[in-house]
Amino acid sequence: MKRLMLGNEAVARGLYEAGCSFVSSYPGTPSTEITEYAATYGDIYAEWAPNEKVAAESAFGASLAGRRSFCGMKHVGLNVAADPLFTLTYTGVNGGMVIGVADDPGMHSSQNEQDSRHYAKASKAPMLEPADSAEALAFTKAAFELSEKFDTPVLLKMCTRVAHSQSLVEEGPRADFAPLPYKKDIAKYVMMPGNARRRHPVVEQRMADLAEYAETSPLNRWERGTEGRLGVITSSTCYQYVREVCGEDVSVLKLGMVWPLPEKMLREFCASCERVVVVEELDPFIEEHCGSLGLKVEGKNLFPLLGEISQNMVAEALGGTPHSGPAVDAQIPPRPPVMCAGCPHRGLFFTLAKLKLTVIGDIGCYTLGAVAPLNAVDSVLCMGASVSGIHGFNKASGNELAGKTVAVIGDSTFMHSGITGLVNIAYNGSASTVIIVDNSITGMTGHQQNPTTGKTLKGDPASKIDLEALCRAVGIGRVRVVDPNDLKATEAAVKEELAADEPSVIIARRPCALLKYVKHAAPLCVDREACKSCKACMRIGCPAISMVEGKAIIDATLCTGCGVCAQLCKFGALNGEDKQ
Amino acid sequence: MKTQNIMIVGVGGQGSLLASKLLGRLLLSRGYDVKVSEVHGMSQRGGSVVTYVRFGKRVCSPIIDKGEADFIVSFELLEAARWTSYLKPEGTVVVNTQQINPMPVVIGAMEYPGQLVDKMQALGVKVDAFDALSVANEAGSSRAVNIALMGRLSKYFDFSQEEWMQAIEASVPAKALELNKKAFLLGAEA
Repeated sequence: MKRLMLGNEAVARGLYEAGCSFVSSYPGTPSTEITEYAATYGDIYAEWAPNEKVAAESAFGASLAGRRSFCGMKHVGLNVAADPLFTLTYTGVNGGMVIGVADDPGMHSSQNEQDSRHYAKASKAPMLEPADSAEALAFTKAAFELSEKFDTPVLLKMCTRVAHSQSLVEEGPRADFAPLPYKKDIAKYVMMPGNARRRHPVVEQRMADLAEYAETSPLNRWERGTEGRLGVITSSTCYQYVREVCGEDVSVLKLGMVWPLPEKMLREFCASCERVVVVEELDPFIEEHCGSLGLKVEGKNLFPLLGEISQNMVAEALGGTPHSGPAVDAQIPPRPPVMCAGCPHRGLFFTLAKLKLTVIGDIGCYTLGAVAPLNAVDSVLCMGASVSGIHGFNKASGNELAGKTVAVIGDSTFMHSGITGLVNIAYNGSASTVIIVDNSITGMTGHQQNPTTGKTLKGDPASKIDLEALCRAVGIGRVRVVDPNDLKATEAAVKEELAADEPSVIIARRPCALLKYVKHAAPLCVDREACKSCKACMRIGCPAISMVEGKAIIDATLCTGCGVCAQLCKFGALNGEDKQ
Repeated sequence: MKTQNIMIVGVGGQGSLLASKLLGRLLLSRGYDVKVSEVHGMSQRGGSVVTYVRFGKRVCSPIIDKGEADFIVSFELLEAARWTSYLKPEGTVVVNTQQINPMPVVIGAMEYPGQLVDKMQALGVKVDAFDALSVANEAGSSRAVNIALMGRLSKYFDFSQEEWMQAIEASVPAKALELNKKAFLLGAEA
């Protein structure tokens, strides 16, 4: 029976059916659910690793042990895992190894929109790219076959629209994959110069073999049109937009394997059509390859380098009629994401904004400390960059700015790549103040466990990192814990640690308000007579509070009773009793 | 049959993912090709969220573009107005009249525009506006707004009540089942 499945769920199903037994990943939108669904299969060992590099290397270890293994990550996660990737193509694999990477064109939930296909070319690894859930399942299985046949890690590239769309999938049984024996092979697996020099030609030969395979692979499909005028080369979700718009007269070369590309097939396809257009999101990856073969194709002259493509854009570019609809005659205020009502980050960022501090931020829900009205964050670069960044900021300014600067990083992000930055602060001695916002979960990606939560991906009890002890162990003398909802205590702690002429860590600890086990207090109410319309409570940007007819009003369906607003009201107008 | 397009729009946290899951189940049980496209991650944190549900004989694109939606089901008034350009000229907006202020309105930088239902009607599209929050509260929980809206949407399709109920049963937790069934029926009658 066919089932409706999210693309990411279908990848997990593919892992199961391929006989994969080891999955190690770090969560990141839009890749997270692959690993969460994989964990629901009893036959698959699945874990959250502290970061993508650890995940990829663990998956390599599992492959070395003869098992089929997988690691999943978002596009920027592959930057972190790039180090093992570029040498993994030299060693090759034992059991099949697949690296899932999910791009986010349009940046629904990312800090950049880099195009992962460049990694396939640069690291010399084959890359498959499914266009819907059925292909996500089938390509995952095919990726393992290719991995073992060609002795290489295989990249499986998703994008937001394939990862987070549900479409129909036919399930199959799990393959009976017998673990391959582990054989010591120093020349293959010990990558020191002498061995690596002998492995590099193997890599080049493999790419040539894979390019030959691509010519006849069922992963690439030539859908012949009834006319020879227009031909479209495309892959991934763009294929769906092309199929939505173009009739049967148009020829479509649908590439399921986007690296290496099939030269003969591209030449024949281009020769068969009067005009060829490449439809691809982000960079002109396929287009430039065609150009390098001397083929005349169009692409980015018609489509943008930024964001997502849609069926209307394809229609417009190919001379069709895009649809349009009626717009309301009103100025519609934007609705950007905000920190949730009751979010424990709010009290902290209010304090940092109040003290007018420079805040070197990081990746997570707390990045939202940068938006109005808090506007508290000065920079956000990548995972861990707050802790490393503040060190450089303070060192370079001769610690002159250290008394006005903090780094803010979440618990999971700190485990991902904050700890090495903290080692640097302690080792090279900058009087930096690092605030770990410990909400006891990986929040932004939807509540994943991490090494500080005491639970594994499958929910079993696990060793729980003691953040205080860890910070002290790397050499930080001043480590303290504060409740970010207690504004006075938080302000005092931040002031004291900024004044200290040595490195310090403040752990602002309170669990995410959305966690099921977190009990909320009764919603607060506004005493309308006591309210003097001073708007002090509006400074925290809580979505539960607004001003109606000059007086504050609290939305009882959103308010968690965290009480941060009440601490700002000089008139005692915000309280737990209904006086409205 | 021509592909039918339903957009579900609202504010992150209102439960639109569950509504799309329910619709997906229902449509699949009728043997349609179905695609449902969701957005996860940062956008979910109180931001404007949109889910696309498409069904028909063969569905290619997972998304709905401007001028293509047969229905927009909106969990919030302003969000309905934000997305009307995605409607077909003869499309229908099923909208919860509840207003949730976005941050620019909360902090006083912008105003929540008035007369949005009238302004949508002035475009010539069909507007089916009702207070789904009150319906949900009557059923027992403000969280049932999503199912109340599905009840209202059900009036435009020829699925039997039994089929809807089966889809609800398969989509909501057992302890919330009765409440949600009630919300569905009240939404259909409202």
